[in-house]
Amino acid sequence: MNGRNVHADTDTPASVSAKLSARRRHPLAGFLLLAVALTVMGGLYAAVTGAGTASAASTDGTPQEIAQGRALFLEGCASCHGMNAQGGSTAPTLIGVGAAAVNFQVGTGRMPLAGPSQQAKRGPVQYTEAEIAALAAYVASLAPGPAIPSAQDLDYSNASLQEGGALFRTNCAQCHNFTGAGGALSNGQYAPSLKYATPQQMFEAMLTGPGAMPVFANSTITVEEKQAIIKYITTIRTSPNPGGMSLGRLGPVSEGLFLWIVGLGSVTAIAVWIGAKTS
Amino acid sequence: MSSDSHDLVSADDAAHPENPLAPGLPEHKLRRTDIDPRAAKRAERQVSLLFVIGALTPIIFFFEYVYIPSDKLIHVPLIGDTSASNFFLGLTMGIGLFCVGAGAIHWAKKLMPDVEEVSERHQLRGTDAEREEAVSQFNAGVESSGFGQYKMIRRTLIGALAATPLFAVPLLKDLGPLPGNKLRYTLWAPGVRIVSDVSLNPIKPEDIPFGGLVSCVPENLAAVEAATGNLNARAKVPVVLVRMRPEEIRAQQGKNWDYQGILCYSKICTHVGCPTALYDRKSHHLLCPCHQSTFDLSDAGHVVFGPAARSMPQLAITVNADGYLVAQHDFTQPVGPSFWERG
Repeated sequence: MNGRNVHADTDTPASVSAKLSARRRHPLAGFLLLAVALTVMGGLYAAVTGAGTASAASTDGTPQEIAQGRALFLEGCASCHGMNAQGGSTAPTLIGVGAAAVNFQVGTGRMPLAGPSQQAKRGPVQYTEAEIAALAAYVASLAPGPAIPSAQDLDYSNASLQEGGALFRTNCAQCHNFTGAGGALSNGQYAPSLKYATPQQMFEAMLTGPGAMPVFANSTITVEEKQAIIKYITTIRTSPNPGGMSLGRLGPVSEGLFLWIVGLGSVTAIAVWIGAKTS
Repeated sequence: MSSDSHDLVSADDAAHPENPLAPGLPEHKLRRTDIDPRAAKRAERQVSLLFVIGALTPIIFFFEYVYIPSDKLIHVPLIGDTSASNFFLGLTMGIGLFCVGAGAIHWAKKLMPDVEEVSERHQLRGTDAEREEAVSQFNAGVESSGFGQYKMIRRTLIGALAATPLFAVPLLKDLGPLPGNKLRYTLWAPGVRIVSDVSLNPIKPEDIPFGGLVSCVPENLAAVEAATGNLNARAKVPVVLVRMRPEEIRAQQGKNWDYQGILCYSKICTHVGCPTALYDRKSHHLLCPCHQSTFDLSDAGHVVFGPAARSMPQLAITVNADGYLVAQHDFTQPVGPSFWERG
């Protein structure tokens, strides 16, 4: 006890660390630590993703369009997909993928890809609508493939919301989450959120199976069923959260993490207050 | 007590300056409320105010319950759009309960007696005299009850106590019946058509493109569900159909169990039975979302990652005379998680 008092007024390293140590035991230190932890967690939630747009394009494929598309292809795509779109060591063949695949991949900004190793993700669209239509016409001219869905295909106003929900939960929710929030896949891949996908992009994604996604052809999920699924997604993503704080609508993982940190943190803070000595 | 006192740490020992393990009690510091009557009065008012808030909040709660429509949405910073009713009811109740609790703690910390009490720890063992007294009292009880005297009573009591476990026999029986071989068989049988789940459409091979995935059930499931009125049969039958190029298939669980590159695997994880349909069409891996068990459908459904111990069971398929995909026969192994009798 006396030894500590002797060194209290000097500036030896021991006394500095003693001061720090004393501050660490300050009654407010626990709250400060909690506040820092909460700020860090809040920052992690604040991740945002960019939006992209695309629109329906008619791909009858006039010879001029196909020629323009081939020119654009040779300039921007051929380095990976090959001079004749036959594919390469890092990129798949585009023969037979159809106009729908091109419209989806380029129209959501997934293509052109910056590097061949990463998963293509939604980003700023690099081509104009006319250029995308030309690229789609060129790829469609190589071999028959899924066409860009017509306006009639995309009219989901008469679709059944209930059926769409059942189909979504059976075929889509395992990867895209039951509210379309996306989720983790194997080998570091992920299923993207459906928050920004347009009805046309949803339709095209089901039709062509971009990336790791399986193909849900019109023969197994009919056009009417696709419309129902689109209706379900567009409804669910605009429906409010009556409980507040959706926490990304990820379900028990983010909710559990929130409770673990904020809930248990508050309980701990109150316990510290109860046990603190009164002045 | 005197004979045991050397085992106890006395108050003198606790304050002994030469014993580093017993530094003694810190100096007692008076609280401000102990010294200043005005501070004590202020603390009293603070505690009362907290209790008054605790008493008022249920009344506010009633008004909110009546006057805030349950479907009204409001925007709250940080929380976002939320139900006004939920938000204000929860906030009011939270404040009320917190104030009652906080008032009690504040009262205890500021106004209730603040003294350090020292309670000595005593030995649990009683004195020899106490122990002898207890034994003699027990023996006197045995003597006066006549437990040794009334032989018939003693024997019938032992018999009654011995019979009580029999109550458990009918109760344990009701835990059954045992599942028998129900876990080993499913509705899949030779010639049963494979239909897509939800829409129940039969499927032809040409309907499934390369890289395609279809979640399916047997065509007879709907009739069985209608007849039994429960979902028990559904628990075992879901399958996924996937199509890959025949040269991509490295192994199957049986010869010619595919049909032109179309493979049919159970959708029930062999770990704890989650529906497993996160299919990566490039690697042909099927991932279970619950615990990340990963099965390689191009390699006989083998586990390539995760806690599952057994391959995903494969269903042998073919086409019938009308060209629809059908099962060749039932699964040859139980689907889903392991169970006691599986062996």
